[in-house]
Amino acid sequence: MSATPTTSTGVRPPGDGALGAAISSAPRPARPSALSACLTFGWRGMLKIKHVPEQLLDVTVTPVLFLLMFTYLFGGAIAGSTGEYLHFILPGILVMSVLFTTVYSGVTLNTDVTKGVVDRFRSLPIWRPAPLVGAVLGDSVRYLVAGTVVVVLGLALGFRPEGGVPGVVAAMLLVTVFAFGLAWVFTTVGLLMRAPNAVMNAGFMALFPITFLSNVFVEPETLPGWLEAFVDANPISHLVTASRGLMEGSANAGDIGFALGTAALLTAVFAPLTTHLYRSRA
Amino acid sequence: MLAIEASDLVKSFGSTRAVDGVDLAVRAGSVYGMLGPNGAGKTTTIRMLATLIRPDSGNARVLGHDVVAEADAVRAQMSLTGQLASVDEDLTGRENLVLIGRLLGCSRAQSKARATELLDAFGLGDAAGRQVKNYSGGMRRRLDIAASIVVTPELMFLDEPTTGLDPRSRNQVWDIIRALAAQGTTVLLCTQYLDEADQLADGIAVIDQGKVIAEGTPGQLKASVGRGALHVRLLDPEHRPEAERVLSRALGAGVHRDADPAGLSAACPPDPQRAAEAIAELSRNGIAIADFSLGQPSLDEVFLALTGHPAEEAIDDGGSGSDQAEVAA
Repeated sequence: MSATPTTSTGVRPPGDGALGAAISSAPRPARPSALSACLTFGWRGMLKIKHVPEQLLDVTVTPVLFLLMFTYLFGGAIAGSTGEYLHFILPGILVMSVLFTTVYSGVTLNTDVTKGVVDRFRSLPIWRPAPLVGAVLGDSVRYLVAGTVVVVLGLALGFRPEGGVPGVVAAMLLVTVFAFGLAWVFTTVGLLMRAPNAVMNAGFMALFPITFLSNVFVEPETLPGWLEAFVDANPISHLVTASRGLMEGSANAGDIGFALGTAALLTAVFAPLTTHLYRSRA
Repeated sequence: MLAIEASDLVKSFGSTRAVDGVDLAVRAGSVYGMLGPNGAGKTTTIRMLATLIRPDSGNARVLGHDVVAEADAVRAQMSLTGQLASVDEDLTGRENLVLIGRLLGCSRAQSKARATELLDAFGLGDAAGRQVKNYSGGMRRRLDIAASIVVTPELMFLDEPTTGLDPRSRNQVWDIIRALAAQGTTVLLCTQYLDEADQLADGIAVIDQGKVIAEGTPGQLKASVGRGALHVRLLDPEHRPEAERVLSRALGAGVHRDADPAGLSAACPPDPQRAAEAIAELSRNGIAIADFSLGQPSLDEVFLALTGHPAEEAIDDGGSGSDQAEVAA
């Protein structure tokens, strides 16, 4: 075939060899480090928040509604006053809000797979888990935003925790670390399911009961014995207790340790599992 | 030197042998076409060569490196433009290219400059700041190819780059492929269109049901198939029986009556001169013709000639089968 490109179309501006020039002028950079690749994927996550903010809204609306409804409808009945109940429920809603957001890590990954972007990433000479690690790191920003929304709303409603700013920040960090661990569960689910919507449904079907059957809304002592036992064993209860403790300045190292340990365990099991599924998918 | 050497590649999905012993030898610097219908195993072959899936058996070396044992070395020198446009729809065109630049190790400034250069060269300058989900099919495909040459690869895999594009966009993509080839990049091109392979490729392998059933230059391939068909449309349908006699005598071949009452077609002789004489013979006999054409053989005709069955048959058996199932799986 002829080696001379023809100018039959408007791909390049008339009269100049921009196309040929663009092809031959490519840079030849060195392969990026694993960290740099992860950060680039994290940056991609930020761009997605910028371009698809409604995704973040979706997940924060439910906890915000819960915060308002539970505080004003049930606050008086459950805790004697709405103000009292707000202080009880807010750390729990923070946990709920952030954990719901983790489902999107799986949804995003599944979208990448179904749309074919993953093929491009997998054909690049980069550290193979980088797209996954970077995406989950980028999602941490999402978790912080979701958490901040809840805290700001709480402050507006009169939430004044004893632990002050350091307590709230510490609680938020703890929840984010836990979410980082939980996100790996959903990235695994994201690679196993066929469509983004299926991932979302599966995620919420699992998270709704597991967050409700915790101490987010009520003290476990008021529950029947068998349920109380379940709620006490639920890692989310420990995370909520730890967050309450941090916000109220009375943190319990045991609960914090339990929450961090759970996050570490989830990461240790599901991060390699996700990576394996990602690498071996046909 | 060979850019791609594959021997006896096999890949099954469940009970379907999507690729069933493919051998390929692609010379460095050439454009090589893999021609076949949906489900023939083209995509699976490309995905094995591009290190996305492991062959069940057989082996392949791409640019001198084994695709399984030295996958990273292969990845460093090739790029893939998949059947699905592998760009991020939520991001803008510019962001997509900057992302790839960064992932290939370019500095931030370098990535931005390169993105601008490519967007302008590919006629996407005006759309650079728009989200890709608002792009047309042709724009998306061009962006996809641009993403593949942020760093010019030694070897480029293109999986049906023009399927679903309008003629203008198709020509644009062809121009880009020609420019890449002119610069020295080896291109492995999967296509369902014989004319695409004919336009671009130096060598063609015809693939059917996971096997290479014919190989050669476009010229050799077409010669083995014939030149497609000669179609004639008469001004007056009344003349058809006579025209049929004249044509079959001039061509020395059977003439087929089309559904169109004024239409006739015949397998074209290897020498186009004879077709021209046959047309002249019609005029000499006072038979007026409305128009005539010498058709390129279609993929169907190639398949019919090579395998004795039309191309569609391959689509049925797991058809969206091997090629698409694995994309979705």
